[in-house]
Amino acid sequence: MALTLENLKRVLREGAGTQDGVDLSGDILDTPFDELGYDSLAVLEATSRITREFRIEFDDDAAVAATTPREFLALVNAG
Amino acid sequence: MSAAAVVTGLGVVAPNGLGTDEFWKATLAGEHGIGPVRRFDAAGYPARLAGEVRDFVAEDHLESRLLPQTDYMTRYALAAADWALADAGHDPDELAAFDMGVITASSAGGFEFGQRELQNLWSRGSGYVSAYQSFAWFYAVNTGQISIRNGMKGPSGVVVTDQAGGLDALAHARRQIRKGSRLIVSGGVDGSICPWGWVAQLAGGRLSTGDDPGTAYLPFDARAAGHVAAEGGAILVVENAATERPSYGEIAGYAATFDPKPGSGREPGLGRAIRVALDDAGAEPGEVDVVFADAAAVPDLDRAEARAIADVFGAYAVPVTAPKTMTGRLYAGGAALDLACALLAIRDGVIPPSTHVRLAPEHPIDLVTGQARSAAVRTALVLARGHGGFNSAMVVRATPN
Repeated sequence: MALTLENLKRVLREGAGTQDGVDLSGDILDTPFDELGYDSLAVLEATSRITREFRIEFDDDAAVAATTPREFLALVNAG
Repeated sequence: MSAAAVVTGLGVVAPNGLGTDEFWKATLAGEHGIGPVRRFDAAGYPARLAGEVRDFVAEDHLESRLLPQTDYMTRYALAAADWALADAGHDPDELAAFDMGVITASSAGGFEFGQRELQNLWSRGSGYVSAYQSFAWFYAVNTGQISIRNGMKGPSGVVVTDQAGGLDALAHARRQIRKGSRLIVSGGVDGSICPWGWVAQLAGGRLSTGDDPGTAYLPFDARAAGHVAAEGGAILVVENAATERPSYGEIAGYAATFDPKPGSGREPGLGRAIRVALDDAGAEPGEVDVVFADAAAVPDLDRAEARAIADVFGAYAVPVTAPKTMTGRLYAGGAALDLACALLAIRDGVIPPSTHVRLAPEHPIDLVTGQARSAAVRTALVLARGHGGFNSAMVVRATPN
C-alpha cells in the first residue's frame, strides 16, 4: 500500500502538531519540511508512525534525510 | 564595579493561582491549592495529596507544534516565560539573540512524558517510543525550549540542586548579567506528579502521608511530618540595573553552602549561607525585613533552620514566613516562587502568611501565621535547602524607582 500525501499530512499533524501560520492544505509537495515547521525530529516521528500504521518497510535513515514531502514519499514508496 | 542585576519581569504558575496577580491575591488571602492527587490514581501510595496547578489549558498558551514534544511542566515553563517577558515589556524578537540567555533550575525533568514513553518501550517496543523522548524527559528541557521559543542564544544552563535550585539559578543569572549579558530568563518550574516521579519522592522519605490538606504540611509545627509535593514555579527576567525599565528589586546578595557529612557533628551549612549572603549584599541582619523560610516540615530540619535564623537575627527578631504552606513544595520551582513572593512583598508592603501552622514553642522565630501582615519591606532574605545537603540564601532589595 502506497503512502499518499494526505496520509503524510495527517501523520505529521498527529505526531508533531502544526506550526502557526503554516497551511498544510495547499500544494506542499515541494515545500521544504523546515518551511512547513517540521524539523528532523518531526520527520523521524513521522517515519516511526508510518512504519507502525501502514506496516510499510522502507529505509528510514534515508527518509529522515528527505527535505520535502515529494522526496519523502518517493523514498517510502520505493520500499 | 560589576553591574547590579535586577528583576524586571515575573511569570507564575502555582497550585493556588495561574499568573502573578491571581497567585499573589490568593497567597495574601491565605488560599491554598493542596488536594488529592488528580494526575494519577494515588490511592494505593503512602502519599496521596499534592499541590497541583488547576485550570491550565496548554492549547490556550502554546501552538499545537509544541504539544507532542512537551511534558506538562515544560508547558508551564513556556507559559511562565512568556508572561515574565511580557511583564518586563520585552519582545525577544527585538533583542539580539546572543544578548539573551536562559538559566533555569530543575530537579527531575519531564517525568510524566518519560514514564509514558518508557511504558511504550517495554510494553509495545521501540517503534512506539516518541521521537521527542530524546529530550522531553530531560532535566535541561525547560532551558532548551525557552531558548528555542524566544530565540535566546546567550549564556544558558541548568542547575540541579533540588529545592535550592531556584536560588542557584538566579545567582547564575546574576553572574551572567555581571559578565555583560543584557537579559537572562531564569527561575524554575518543576513537577513530576506521576507514578515514576512519586516513587522517587517517596524514597526520599520526606513526603507527608496525611490526607487532610489542612494539616498535611506543617513546617515549624509540633505536628510536622513531611511535606506535600507540588508542581509549578516562577520564571523571572533578570537584567542589568542600568535598564530604564521599572524593576521589582535587585538581586543583592547570595551564598550557597554544603552541609557536612551526616554524623560528623558539625554545624549544618544554612547559617553560614545566610551570613555570607548578607555580607555579599552589604546588609546588616537588622536591615532584613522578612525571611522566606525553606520550611521543610521535617522536625530536625525545621529546628536547624529556626536556629540558623535566630542565631543570625536574634530570637523572634525578624518576621519569617512560608507561603509554600499554601502550595506544597515545588522542588526546583519552590525557591523561584518564593523569590517572586519576596519581590511582591517589597512592591506591596505586605508579608504573606504561613497557613495552617501553629508555631511550636521550641522554634524562636516570629512566624507570620494566620493572616498577611502589613510591613514596609525593603530587604528580604529567601532560604532554600536541597536534599543531600544544599543550602542557598538570597537577598533581594528594593530598587530606588
